[in-house]
Amino acid sequence: MIEWFENVQVAVAIIVGLGCIVLGLAGRTPNDYTLGATLLVGILLIAQLVVSLVAPATGNLPTGSGLEFWVYLVSAVLIPPAAIVWALIDRNRWSTVILGVACLAVAVMLVRMGQIWFVQVA
Amino acid sequence: MANNGSSRAVGVGRVLIAVYAILALAATARSFVQIVGKFDVAPIAYLLSALAGLVYILATVALLRKGDTWYRIAWITIIFELVGVLLVGTLSVIDPVLFPADTVWSFFGRGYLFIPLVLPILGMLWLYRLRPVDTVPSAQS
Repeated sequence: MIEWFENVQVAVAIIVGLGCIVLGLAGRTPNDYTLGATLLVGILLIAQLVVSLVAPATGNLPTGSGLEFWVYLVSAVLIPPAAIVWALIDRNRWSTVILGVACLAVAVMLVRMGQIWFVQVA
Repeated sequence: MANNGSSRAVGVGRVLIAVYAILALAATARSFVQIVGKFDVAPIAYLLSALAGLVYILATVALLRKGDTWYRIAWITIIFELVGVLLVGTLSVIDPVLFPADTVWSFFGRGYLFIPLVLPILGMLWLYRLRPVDTVPSAQS
């Protein structure tokens, strides 16, 4: 993992997450902006997937459990597409809120992934 | 996904179901890591974690499906979760050795922002609001 890239991803996921929740509660149905922003979070995760595959070859190894890291990453990659599919099938304001909840969940998972990769407490 | 009146997936309940789905994924994935990686450390806690994950999956499905049977399954799974989080949460406070801090329900779901504690309560409120009134009069009071 690359620290600044992780920070960018967490920031984007939190901003998109809060934004979607606010827009959803305000009654907006999923639109190009909220869906696109969630897609961006998903694309960044795929970039993270590539980074995580390449990083060990350059000597950047996880300090913690590789298995745990990968389960987190694969789970996280699945979440934005699932939320987007839900939003496309079920077009109402709550689906916009779900896009936001999904992005916030991704943010939490990214922070955990960062902890596993960089700092080990136990 | 479920755009009919008799499913639980209406209104704000959709968000509830989405959170259930994420928690189901989180709990199941974590218990998988624990069982594969360090099962010997705390077998009972990790098996309970896996069970919790499967029950979260079942609850998510039950909330998405329509009909009285799924409604009942939703109640059962959600009550199971509430009992689980209260019981394991209390035990983990009393005897931290028995339950390592990294199971879903330890310390009332602290590792998951207390979502496992709050979610069953919201789920029960949601199910109560959507109780079947016009199906079988004597089925639910």
